[in-house]
Amino acid sequence: MKHLRLAILAVPLFIATAAAAQNQVATLRNNAPLAEEGEATQIPGIVNTDIRQVRNYPDQPPLIPHKTDNYQVDLNSNKCLTCHSRTAVEVSQAPMISVTHFMNREGQTLGAVSPRRYFCNQCHVVQTNARPLVENEFVDIDRVIDYVNAQQSGAD
Amino acid sequence: MIGFLKRLWWIIRRPSAYFSLGFLTMGGFVMGIIFWGGFNTALEVTNTEAFCTSCHEMRDNVFEELKPTIHYSNRSGVRASCPDCHVPHNWTNKIARKMQASKEVWGKIFGTINTREKFLEHRLELAQHEWARLEANDSLECRNCHSDESMDITRQSKRAADAHERFLFTGEKTCINCHKGIAHQLPDMAEAEAQDHARLLPPAEGEGLLASTRSYLGMSGH
Repeated sequence: MKHLRLAILAVPLFIATAAAAQNQVATLRNNAPLAEEGEATQIPGIVNTDIRQVRNYPDQPPLIPHKTDNYQVDLNSNKCLTCHSRTAVEVSQAPMISVTHFMNREGQTLGAVSPRRYFCNQCHVVQTNARPLVENEFVDIDRVIDYVNAQQSGAD
Repeated sequence: MIGFLKRLWWIIRRPSAYFSLGFLTMGGFVMGIIFWGGFNTALEVTNTEAFCTSCHEMRDNVFEELKPTIHYSNRSGVRASCPDCHVPHNWTNKIARKMQASKEVWGKIFGTINTREKFLEHRLELAQHEWARLEANDSLECRNCHSDESMDITRQSKRAADAHERFLFTGEKTCINCHKGIAHQLPDMAEAEAQDHARLLPPAEGEGLLASTRSYLGMSGH
């Protein structure tokens, strides 16, 4: 009985905090009321600088530094490979897909691109110039190593 | 038959006994305008997006694929419709292309590509016709709008500028060599490549590397 009374008391409190939180948290709807249609934000542009980006860790799939609008990647054709395939790089001067793309799951290197590596944008993505919704707190491994080394030399 | 032709020739040759020279001249002039104007109007009607997409073969396949591309809808609002790319703008070339297109009427009547499956089956062949045509005329239909003189490569991405400088301005390649599949989906390109390679290989005599390559590529005989 005592618990029930406590619960009843807690309910309005919970609703009030939830409402307060609703006003503070930025949502994709930009705080537009549910019954109204929010104003559409501008679609961010795709980074098209052709400048290779740093990888955050060694086996990160490299980012695509150019537009890939309407690239056809299907059973018939792979638009990416028209520049990045082994035979195309002389003409295109684009980076060749790495040798891991020729390996099957047993690590055996095949003569052509392994089917499991055929769909490029499963791993490789373009970047947009959009402002991040939340701050990125990622720390590069080099900085972590430096930090650890500094700590150890300090302890010695 | 011969008698009829002789009689016709006699009628044409005989001087007019009833109509004045002025009437015949003016009549010929007016009828000339009507026939010529009518011919050109009919020709232009067949040269519209609405005409091309009035057949389901075009509307359900290639037109649907055109819609998400930049030639259909873009920031500046200029649209390249079907004939802009598939029919030459120059009159004599246009008539030549229109005469070729009579085969498409044949295809329509006999339903060569009247289902999606049939269309996909013919896609490679159809695409190869268009590639061959654009390669032969140095991508004339592209150049009706895109000329290399008015192309400012400093406004392009570095990648595009480099490619145009290396291949387009030197005349080493023409638009279609690199820009296949910009307006429609591509056919099986591995198949297209295999056919290209088959042309490069000399006819295989007996056993050897060539024969084994040919059999690997699935090309038995020629």
